[in-house]
Amino acid sequence: MTAATEPLLLATAVRKAYGPTAALDGADLTIRAGEVVAVMGPSGSGKSTLLHCLAGIVRPDSGEIQYRGRELSAMSDGERSALRRSDFGFVFQFGQLVPELTCLENVAMPLRLSGTKRRPAERQAAEWLERLEVADISGKRPGEISGGQGQRVAVARALVGDPRVVFADEPTGALDSFNGERVMRLLTDAANDTGAAVVLVTHEARVAAYSDREIVVRDGKSRDTERVS
Amino acid sequence: MSIGHTLLGLLESGPRHGYDLKRTFDERFGHDRPLAYGQVYSTMARLLKSGLVEVDGIEPGGGPERKRYAITDAGITDVATWLAQPEKPEPYLQTTLYTKVVLALLTGRSAADLLDSQRAEHLRLMRELTRRKRDGDLADQLICDHALFHLEADLRWLELTAARLDQLAAEVTR
Repeated sequence: MTAATEPLLLATAVRKAYGPTAALDGADLTIRAGEVVAVMGPSGSGKSTLLHCLAGIVRPDSGEIQYRGRELSAMSDGERSALRRSDFGFVFQFGQLVPELTCLENVAMPLRLSGTKRRPAERQAAEWLERLEVADISGKRPGEISGGQGQRVAVARALVGDPRVVFADEPTGALDSFNGERVMRLLTDAANDTGAAVVLVTHEARVAAYSDREIVVRDGKSRDTERVS
Repeated sequence: MSIGHTLLGLLESGPRHGYDLKRTFDERFGHDRPLAYGQVYSTMARLLKSGLVEVDGIEPGGGPERKRYAITDAGITDVATWLAQPEKPEPYLQTTLYTKVVLALLTGRSAADLLDSQRAEHLRLMRELTRRKRDGDLADQLICDHALFHLEADLRWLELTAARLDQLAAEVTR
């Protein structure tokens, strides 16, 4: 097995319950470097919980999640936070940009949090805004731009730190078809260029069609086509 | 698709030879399914007979490929009527997929597996169309989008059916 095909993320028998309700009930999956994987399933099937577990945001009740061979639950909270900043990027359904900051400052924020000085951070942020075709709104605040523009800014923010994995939770869920497709094209093109893997949670088949393969989650169980074969 | 109306519509911009009509049709609408020459000439013969086109000139040498066709006033009216008439939405009330699901339930096979493998097959085609759309021009994008929306509708049906399998099983095996 070459380094390129070694699993980046490996989840085995992951379980997570909220009270008496099992959100995940034995999820298995493998994510490899550079691949775009769609996590699909109906509402309430556990796909967002799975994403949160994979990203180290939520700690599973049982099961294992390894990132590049390291067990996530064996890390301290501080180590997991550092990992999220250094290796992961996030795009959510509603951008979740900081409303008080300009788009440029929003995109530069992950770099600033990692200790990059303001000027070089904003220079990189400006390059990413240009790449995501939203350079013209860099001085505007999130309240002054459209939903589609906001999601492109969010994609720029997710990719600016050169992450190994981008977690995208329904990134087009609040957009119309045209803007949703534009965001997906830009996200997957940028991830392909940088070599980042994308874990894409979606219930929309047309969005999932931008992935390389899909993992179906139903009743908290995942069916990973790669694991099956 | 009505080949006759499409060829008539292409003639509205000016008279054309049969081979020119075929080439323009293939470029704009043919994509994976180019028109056969025989189909062009048989269609033009029918349109001539109905008075919707006329022969505008014949180049020396004879043969159907030498004729130049022009649309008549009746032909222009026919195109206008066709364009104004909404297409009948196709309801697909008797689907093979539904039949397969019911048969799987009746014979004790896994309908869930059937739906899963169908979903994978639909997504495989949707990925192919999405790639083609990304690399293609606007015409490719619009044609692929049309196919993608239909495939997506199928997938939504697959999801809904998967969610109702227990209920359906109870009804068909009652």
